[in-house]
Amino acid sequence: MFNSIVMVKQVPDTANITGKVMKDDGTVNRSMLPAIFNHEDKEALELALQVKERYGGTVSVITMGPPRASEMLKECLYMGADKAYLISDRKFAGSDTLATSYVLSEAIKHIGEFDFVFAGRQAIDGDTAQVGPQTAEKLKLSQVTYAEDIQQIENNSVRIKRKIDGGHEIVEAKLPLLITVVKGANEPRPFNAKFLMIYKNAKTLLDLEKIANENSLLVLEDLVNEYKEKNLYITTLTTEDLPSIDLTRIGLHGSPTKVHKVESVVLSGGEAVNIPPTKEGISELIDTLLNDHILG
Amino acid sequence: MENKTREVWVFIEQRNGKPADVSLELLSKGRKLADTLNGVLKSVVLGHNVKNIAEETSKYGADSVLLIDHPELEKYRPLPYSRMMNKLVNEHKPRIVLFGATVIGRGLAPRVASNTVSGLTADCTDLQISDVTYLKKEYQELLLQIRPAFGGNIIATIITPDNPVQMATVREGVMELHELDAPNPVKIEEIPYIPDTTDDLVKIIEQYREESKVNLKGSPIIVAGGYGLGSKDNFKLIHDLAETIGGEVAGSRAAVDAGFVSPDRQIGQTGVTVRPKLIFSIGISGAIQHRAGMQDSNKIIAINPDPEAPIFEIAHYGIVGNAEDVIPNFIELFKHKLK
Repeated sequence: MFNSIVMVKQVPDTANITGKVMKDDGTVNRSMLPAIFNHEDKEALELALQVKERYGGTVSVITMGPPRASEMLKECLYMGADKAYLISDRKFAGSDTLATSYVLSEAIKHIGEFDFVFAGRQAIDGDTAQVGPQTAEKLKLSQVTYAEDIQQIENNSVRIKRKIDGGHEIVEAKLPLLITVVKGANEPRPFNAKFLMIYKNAKTLLDLEKIANENSLLVLEDLVNEYKEKNLYITTLTTEDLPSIDLTRIGLHGSPTKVHKVESVVLSGGEAVNIPPTKEGISELIDTLLNDHILG
Repeated sequence: MENKTREVWVFIEQRNGKPADVSLELLSKGRKLADTLNGVLKSVVLGHNVKNIAEETSKYGADSVLLIDHPELEKYRPLPYSRMMNKLVNEHKPRIVLFGATVIGRGLAPRVASNTVSGLTADCTDLQISDVTYLKKEYQELLLQIRPAFGGNIIATIITPDNPVQMATVREGVMELHELDAPNPVKIEEIPYIPDTTDDLVKIIEQYREESKVNLKGSPIIVAGGYGLGSKDNFKLIHDLAETIGGEVAGSRAAVDAGFVSPDRQIGQTGVTVRPKLIFSIGISGAIQHRAGMQDSNKIIAINPDPEAPIFEIAHYGIVGNAEDVIPNFIELFKHKLK
């Protein structure tokens, strides 16, 4: 029996950025981009679910983000996660990787006992690969990054295949452990129809607040209890639920790195020789390249 | 939290007794940063029987070396390495620490930054020293950590104004290597290794190398294709052209993500940085993160049906057209001319 916590992130679909998404000042209009489940995190969840199937235990997912990230948490439940946590507070806004890892580590301590913490290697909006190891350090955990497969678990030891520069490595690591999962490790399973039917009605605290506000006959506390009993409550943690959190270490203020400048690049060129896409044009280009000894 | 030290550190990654290229490239960059700061450049070498590596770092500009040489450190493992680095950084509070953005560096640097509460910026494509005004406060001689951001569509300059240690990772090939003609004799400070019960939490059972046959960095001619090719089938045009002119095949991140070409052939900020004699950019729009990996190429030929594609702004020759039309013509004409 092993208990896993999987750190997941909802990210803007940066692969599909086109000119329309860029504002005139060179910044990105996030609202124009669809929000997606970061794929490496999904592979991390798949690996955690495989551990649960083979050895028993539970899988909890945790994300820090705005309320709409609960859409992704529901997807996790549809895949087979047992419990979902949304870590959401305006005070977290502007957190860099260090502040984020601090919040996540505090939330994980709050959630409690675990054998594994899983995460994707990196998220496509920043590509930093920092939050996993930073969280491990804060939780005083050992780590295995770039994991591709868990081969076996025996006597509190996990045998893992991981990528390294120029090859692969098999390591044996003691539990508890943080693992980051690299792209291509596995094929995340599709939604389970049964779970979809159940969890499509799952609600976050904010969802229930909205319902309570719209109907004066309903009391928020009762609603939360009702959803908890039905196992349909997506636990929402704010700074108030994490009393040990040091507010000077979160958000923009608690982040050592700051964005000083953002710019769309002024390109040096504009001097490209325009070659017509005709046989004559291409022929001339080849002649130039041959004469300049760049080709041939 | 002003940092009075003028120390620039480079973590020297080594495998099987050889320093990683990226570490030596970072020494060359670190030398420049240290000169701007009127400071010193220190290499940090962890390993076993690696004194020769410690000495070698002077060739690339190191003034001195912090060396921890112990059998437990022979191969990189996250805990002994991060524990010793944490200790060094906490005790010395260097102004700047640079790591290669390798699998090792990307596992180690975040732990050290987390432990020492330092700012860390990943995959920088440029590093500079400059005075900065941030939120109406003046800061002297900050490290500008410059990197494409947000999927590589913008360039961000990141600073660490209020924490003493500024850290960054840089990918291999991004900084240029300079070997010094007359290096100064290097001063080696040996630091004792302190064992800990956590060292063996991760044990290496087996390592196998799969040397990549792909050598983009060393190839004088590269033919790179993008998502604009539309399908893996169409991407064969890239292979055909590369074969005809004797070049290596490469791809943009989008082409790799779409499965047109393997990840070890990806050019860009999160892939390989290349400076070939000639590069074809075909069906590649030219997002910043891609350009960061190829804009210093000697000659760039862009082929794209969209005349507004940013790739044309850095190209030397631009052909507005479809790959399906242009490439077969190019191959046929080239073969004919070589006869």
